[in-house]
Amino acid sequence: MSPDVAAAVSPAVVGGIRVEALDAEAVARIHEATLDVIETVGVRFPSERALDLWEAAGATVDRGAEVVRAPRALIERALATAPAAYPLAARDPRLDLPLDGRHVYAATDGCGIEVADLATGERRPSGVADVAEIARLADALDEVAFHWIPVSAQDRPAPSRSLHELLACWANSTKHVQTESIVTAPEARAAIEMAAAIAGGRDALRARPVLSMMQCTTSPLGQDGGSVDAALEAAAAGIPVGFMTMASAAFTSPTSLAGTLVVGNAEVVAALALLQIAAPGCPVYYAAAQTAIDLRSGAYTGGGPEDFLFGAATNQLADFYRVPLSMGAFATGAKAPDWQAGVENALSAFLASAVGSDMLLGLGLLNGSRIWSHEQLLLDAEIFSIVRAMLRGIPVDDASLALDVIASVGPAGDYLTAPHTRRHMRELWRPRFMDRRPMGVVEAEGGGPRAWANAKARELLATHVPEPLEPLLAAELSRIVHGREREAGVETAPTIVEATAAAGAGR
Amino acid sequence: MNDTAFEAMRRAVVDGDADAAAAAASAAIAAGIPPLVAIDEGFMPGMKEVGAGFAAGDLFLPDMMLAARAMQRALNVLEPELQKAAVERAVAGRVVIGTVAGDIHEIGKNLVGMLLSTSGFEVHDLGVNVSPERFVAAVQEHRADIVGLSALLTTTMTGQRTIIAALQAAGLRPPVKVMVGGAPVTGAWASEIGADGYSEDAMGAVELAKRLVGAGEAAR
Repeated sequence: MSPDVAAAVSPAVVGGIRVEALDAEAVARIHEATLDVIETVGVRFPSERALDLWEAAGATVDRGAEVVRAPRALIERALATAPAAYPLAARDPRLDLPLDGRHVYAATDGCGIEVADLATGERRPSGVADVAEIARLADALDEVAFHWIPVSAQDRPAPSRSLHELLACWANSTKHVQTESIVTAPEARAAIEMAAAIAGGRDALRARPVLSMMQCTTSPLGQDGGSVDAALEAAAAGIPVGFMTMASAAFTSPTSLAGTLVVGNAEVVAALALLQIAAPGCPVYYAAAQTAIDLRSGAYTGGGPEDFLFGAATNQLADFYRVPLSMGAFATGAKAPDWQAGVENALSAFLASAVGSDMLLGLGLLNGSRIWSHEQLLLDAEIFSIVRAMLRGIPVDDASLALDVIASVGPAGDYLTAPHTRRHMRELWRPRFMDRRPMGVVEAEGGGPRAWANAKARELLATHVPEPLEPLLAAELSRIVHGREREAGVETAPTIVEATAAAGAGR
Repeated sequence: MNDTAFEAMRRAVVDGDADAAAAAASAAIAAGIPPLVAIDEGFMPGMKEVGAGFAAGDLFLPDMMLAARAMQRALNVLEPELQKAAVERAVAGRVVIGTVAGDIHEIGKNLVGMLLSTSGFEVHDLGVNVSPERFVAAVQEHRADIVGLSALLTTTMTGQRTIIAALQAAGLRPPVKVMVGGAPVTGAWASEIGADGYSEDAMGAVELAKRLVGAGEAAR
């Protein structure tokens, strides 16, 4: 099959609706409290490299506890060098995403561990072929602007797993890839080498980063050592890197929402400051997916009014620090594409988008980001398309007031046959999966949103062929992945995903 | 030569351009194209194209209505010619429609009327607030195959039952089929009052009317 129509990206444009969860005074108080926490309580950085950097910069370092206490001036000076705007580049330059504060770019969610089979609905452990298939499906959706690693390639060895996942995404989509699954410096170095091969060298990668990286903090007030080391590699290479707090109210952060914001903010701000100390001016971003635990089980919920408020509040913090935000939305706790999934994903996506989160995660996962569902991906895309339409707001001008057509139709007429209607009717949002059929038709024909999403996923997978990697480039990416495997003593044979890519086939 | 004329007719309907449709109809008369040929080979292909686009989800209700209106304007121009030539256009069926007594809502009924009319039905629209007596008289006068009863309110929809009873009393049932519609109307209501059919939207009403005349012919 030859490549079909090029992949497209259609982000939400911010501005038509204004939502504010925190006023300026509240943001200032959270900032002050955060600096106080970093200076007096400290943040744990279990990484020699990080502790050396902090010490050299003038922070108080407790080597035994691996805790850093940094004076506010140091933090503020470091954050000031972070760039406010930069692009996430794509294999296809037409799909580059300028992080300019005016767009909301949605991505696939990650990193799931099971996949709900499209035919049987049964769950099975995820593998590298799933990563490839999901990337190809997401490539076909204009609501998906970039990829997270959607599921874990559990059939690949741990030391090279994240690299196989990257290769599978790049081989099946021309869009930007943001990996959240790299947690060691050696993997980070190999991933950067792969990205440089795609971009055309290290300098080209710095100018057009086709890869970005997301690391998780370890709440409360901690980091993972390997993640910090990997982030420092990204900062040195100039590829965008962010830290995500998943502070969970009543478990890993205070029960009060403001207290949870402070704890998460201290984790992220301290990490971003470290990256600026290591590589001043490197592109960094704020990332967050705070939650309130389920009080019965202690589990991460993936939805609820507190989560939605965190989604509304966090971009105000990121704006205060003048860095882009990657916000966790969607990621329902529902077990199937159902009522709960619709409520949680619609509210979280709307609030995080209305405040202008630059990056929005993530479509397609169920059960608190554990189970991948193609159906959910398409239904989430429809939710994002609704949000995108809402963000356009209500323009009021001579043309939209439509006085001419109001006069021409007059009282008791109708607007169905007014030329104005036909000219503008395609500006109205139209559903792909919402069931607006008459009741009698539904009763006679059956079907409905989930069945249609299933059919659409099958259709796209049967027809969509992304622009393949150049065979030589695909071989080079494989060489890097297997080089890392040899280093780690876990070399494996090339996968079907690699073989397909090296053959220059789009699928 | 005629191909260009037919193309202009088809185009006018597809574009929903009523003025162009009327002009194309006048041009057909001037060029000596028989009105029936103009309808069947010029305007109807446009209607079919729009109908297919609607069925495929590419076109919407305003497209259908604009096409129907253009078609209607062309028919208005061509009909006197048909009469002059004493040619009767084959109609799919004769339909009398109206909004029942006490109810003045007409947008839904007009939609159904327009779509029926451009789908080949001869439509006699009695307007709003129509008494049972007027329905009966119109059915007799126009030798209608179908009566369409519209009601928007739960308080007026009971009038649909009264009209069916009046048609019965006049000896017009069951040959004359009754279809009912309106926001409060359901399939269960249609059965309860002895109507022959019900549709939730205008496109469905056209399909229903076609089924009902088919059934009527088969019964004869």
